[in-house]
Amino acid sequence: MSSDPYGDRGNKDVSIANPRGTGSAASMQGGGTASLAPGGPFLIGESMTGGYGKGPDILHDCTISVDKGEIAVIVGPNGAGKSTAMKAVFGMLDLRAGHVRLNGEDITALSPQDRVAKGMGFVPQTNNIFASMTVQENLEMGAFIRTDDYSGTMEQIYDLFPILRDKRYQAAGELSGGQRQQVAVGRALMTQPKVLMLDEPTAGVSPIVMDELFDRIIDVARTGIPILMVEQNARQALEIADKGYVLVQGANAYSGTGKDLLADEDVRKSFLGG
Amino acid sequence: MDFLNAIVALANYVLVPGIAYGSQLALGALGVTLIYGILRFSNFAHGDTMAFGAMVTVLLTWWFQSMGVSLGPLPTALLALPFGVLGCVFMLLATDRAVYRFYREKKAKPVILVIVSMGVMFIMNGIVRFIVGPDDQQFLDGERFLISARTFKEMTGLNEGLAIKSTQAITLVTAIVVVALLFWFLNRTRAGKSMRAYSDNEDLALLSGVNPERVVMLTWIIVAALATIAGVLYGLDKSFKPFTYFQLLLPIFASAIVGGLGNPLGAIAGGFVIAFSEVTITYAWKKVLGYLMPDNLAPDGLVQLLSTDYKFAVSFVILLIVLLFKPTGLFKGQSV
Amino acid sequence: MNAMVKNVGLFAIVGVLILLTGFLQSWNAAVLILNMGLISAIMALGVNLQWGFAGLFNIGVMGFVALGGLATVLVSMPPTEGAFAAGGVRVVLALVLGAATITAAVLIHGAMQKGWLRTAAMIVLLVVGFFVYRAVLDPGVAAIEAIDPAATGYLGGLGLPVLIAWPVGGLFAAGAAWLIGKTALGLRSDYLAIATLGIAEIIIAVMKNEDWLSRGVKNVIGIPRPVPYEIDLQGDPGFVERAAGLGLDPVMASTLYVKLLYAGLFLTVLVLLLWMAQRALASPWGRMLRAIRDNEVAAEAMGKDVKRRHLQVFILGSAICGIAGAMMTTLDSQLTPSSYQPLRFTFLVWVMVIVGGSGNNFGAVLGGFLIWFLWVQVEPMGRLLMDVITAGMTDGYWLKVHLLESAAHMRLFTMGLVLLLVLRFNPRGLIPEK
Repeated sequence: MSSDPYGDRGNKDVSIANPRGTGSAASMQGGGTASLAPGGPFLIGESMTGGYGKGPDILHDCTISVDKGEIAVIVGPNGAGKSTAMKAVFGMLDLRAGHVRLNGEDITALSPQDRVAKGMGFVPQTNNIFASMTVQENLEMGAFIRTDDYSGTMEQIYDLFPILRDKRYQAAGELSGGQRQQVAVGRALMTQPKVLMLDEPTAGVSPIVMDELFDRIIDVARTGIPILMVEQNARQALEIADKGYVLVQGANAYSGTGKDLLADEDVRKSFLGG
Repeated sequence: MDFLNAIVALANYVLVPGIAYGSQLALGALGVTLIYGILRFSNFAHGDTMAFGAMVTVLLTWWFQSMGVSLGPLPTALLALPFGVLGCVFMLLATDRAVYRFYREKKAKPVILVIVSMGVMFIMNGIVRFIVGPDDQQFLDGERFLISARTFKEMTGLNEGLAIKSTQAITLVTAIVVVALLFWFLNRTRAGKSMRAYSDNEDLALLSGVNPERVVMLTWIIVAALATIAGVLYGLDKSFKPFTYFQLLLPIFASAIVGGLGNPLGAIAGGFVIAFSEVTITYAWKKVLGYLMPDNLAPDGLVQLLSTDYKFAVSFVILLIVLLFKPTGLFKGQSV
Repeated sequence: MNAMVKNVGLFAIVGVLILLTGFLQSWNAAVLILNMGLISAIMALGVNLQWGFAGLFNIGVMGFVALGGLATVLVSMPPTEGAFAAGGVRVVLALVLGAATITAAVLIHGAMQKGWLRTAAMIVLLVVGFFVYRAVLDPGVAAIEAIDPAATGYLGGLGLPVLIAWPVGGLFAAGAAWLIGKTALGLRSDYLAIATLGIAEIIIAVMKNEDWLSRGVKNVIGIPRPVPYEIDLQGDPGFVERAAGLGLDPVMASTLYVKLLYAGLFLTVLVLLLWMAQRALASPWGRMLRAIRDNEVAAEAMGKDVKRRHLQVFILGSAICGIAGAMMTTLDSQLTPSSYQPLRFTFLVWVMVIVGGSGNNFGAVLGGFLIWFLWVQVEPMGRLLMDVITAGMTDGYWLKVHLLESAAHMRLFTMGLVLLLVLRFNPRGLIPEK
């Protein structure tokens, strides 16, 4: 800490400093511009190599893609870099090699905020709702960058997640874990994204709620939005996936359709517990 | 009759001053709590910000008075107030640009901002003293009383008078209007919601497209308005003296923490809790008890729990009690 | 080695500044700056121990300094004749009762089940306890304050040598720090900053109002000194002769001699404390402290009792401030409770630590000297500046009058500016932590 003149020296005094809601170190703003790069899948993170800040590389030549109408799932053991790969696609990682392309544009240089404007919807694994705000306000915040009338989109989301309509005036932080995840997904859908990225949407929820969440995710996919998802529960995720990626130590180990991977002897043995 | 007299005496010496002081503290605490919630540090310069805004208003009031402009029965200061707010807004935005922004870009921890605000406090304190000096300044004009004690006695025939100073009435009305406007802004407007969102979850707010610099700017503007209004109301009610504003920092912080730091509703509740505990504990209850109790039991002494010099001590004992039993404040604050 | 040269150079610059004061203004002023600089350096040392090495935010320095001052009165002033007999017993009894009430409340809080019954019991106990306390205390206080109020009207002290008051001042501050730390650091979250800010105000309020204790705002003057009086020196033929031998007149020589004696005493204390602080920080205890500061979670996981360490360092730092407070009151030979202002005794010390270099004891000492020098000298410098600015204006022009009158307030402005400039361009301070 002595090396950081702007550090807090371990001070935890809540009467003078507010620890809640502060941002992570990753910069969400600013950044470069996009350039045309036609062809290829709808969204692809191609041969990505990089890590956080000046830290060591976590991803090694990793490629993830999703096409229109698909659900793509990233699975793998703990610490394999699943979430990191997704964050790399979303621009929260410093890439030293590789490209990210969305809808015929190279967006490698864009900040996460700009990628949202380009049509990416991202649901982080934790802290993915505004806990002190009502469900409806969470959805309104999701539509913050929209200047048109978004009441139609909100109705669609209430149709997709009926429980949210009932709880629309409740603070999102008071909801159950599964309901919070629906708020988080709903918030991301408010921008009418061209692609939705979910980072472990079922983390920490009960198996019953998990099944329901997967059903909801399939419902979202049926509306035509491609979905890229990181999942801890590999078997269930691969069952609903059109495309699956198994990552090991930040690199692609296996990839194929969900069915193929479930059938693959090696994958089953190593990652699905037989 | 004695009972009515007791009530009136209580209202005159405890309720009315308590409500006025509570409103002033609440407005001050709202500013502190907003900065804590959005910029995430406790602003030690807040008392001096109040002094600065009030000073600009005082200077303009004198100018208006010298030109013969007045609001009739209302204090001329109310006319100068909007310009005082503007002056304070300008000051805070300039401070943010010159001082605070650098540390935001460096992602400095909030504690560093607290130390920075100490520097700002010294500078603002120096500027105010440099411009108007350290002495008491009078700038109140217009009607002194809404109801004077004598009129009240004549009207009701009671022994006790109830005096309501016009400044106390103005304080309450202004505070209600300001608080209503603030809550409308925070809860109903797009910009207000973006401020709450930024306070709740910075990363997610940025992902939603909220521009943090805009949120910070809005916050300073609102804080400047709140601080100036609180400062002017306090100055009208008591008097304008730069050092008193620095000392107000303590009860204001206590109010914000008692209510729950980062929670605007809590700041208001905290302001009144602190104000009423100060007034009731340092009030000499002899008169009220004299009316209520039978003559042979009437107290001899002043029945003052603590001397008025201990009023700051009272705020902190209340603060300590609240923290011991409800660490997040009366309303759930952000400091968990 | 390079850093060493730089640091020695920085101290040399401060030395030269003080010498310049001697040559240009007066040697008395220079030695006074040196003396107060030594005391400021000790205060900065205390705050640096808390903030620099443990990240504890103490903004109640004023309170600890004032407690040190109170200790000086209670230890060194002669006891007021008849005061203890008149009301002292009652006062002591009342204080014991008050403490017993609070202890009982704490015990009830621990012993009873959570619920309205416990709350009610505690409130009843505290309210009844308060009235009993006041009933016992008030007559005693009245009796004490009635004794020759113009000269005494308080209990007086123990009449012991004043030097004993210095460690006692430290003990007083340590006691208060223990109470604050136990409460504020023991809460679920850490509320130390606001607690210290509040307790400091309470300490000052008590000292201003409890006349039986330290005469309140009537001040205690003529506190005994550890050094000879100027008037005695001037009456001592031997001293006058030696002064004449140095080419000094007796008045000048005696005032300087006394101040230099103080400087010697203060320097001894500073060196001793600095040595102890350096030793403590190089010890396993100090290394653990820094380990906690840099990564509390890891330290806790390794089984370190973080709260206990924090409490220890908070008490130590506050005790150092208390010692400095006792020394300052000794230097002034009087206790004036109304002179304790947070800007001067809390926030200025913070400026010293930050400017000097948080986390470095030598930095804190340098900051103490440098900032104190500025605090004293900004006023004449400001006046000089205003003279230059207003030189072209006609006499009596309102702006000229105003500027000249307000020059005194440049001081606070400058302190803020120095703090902000250092934080911006040299955030680790003049002598950064290694």
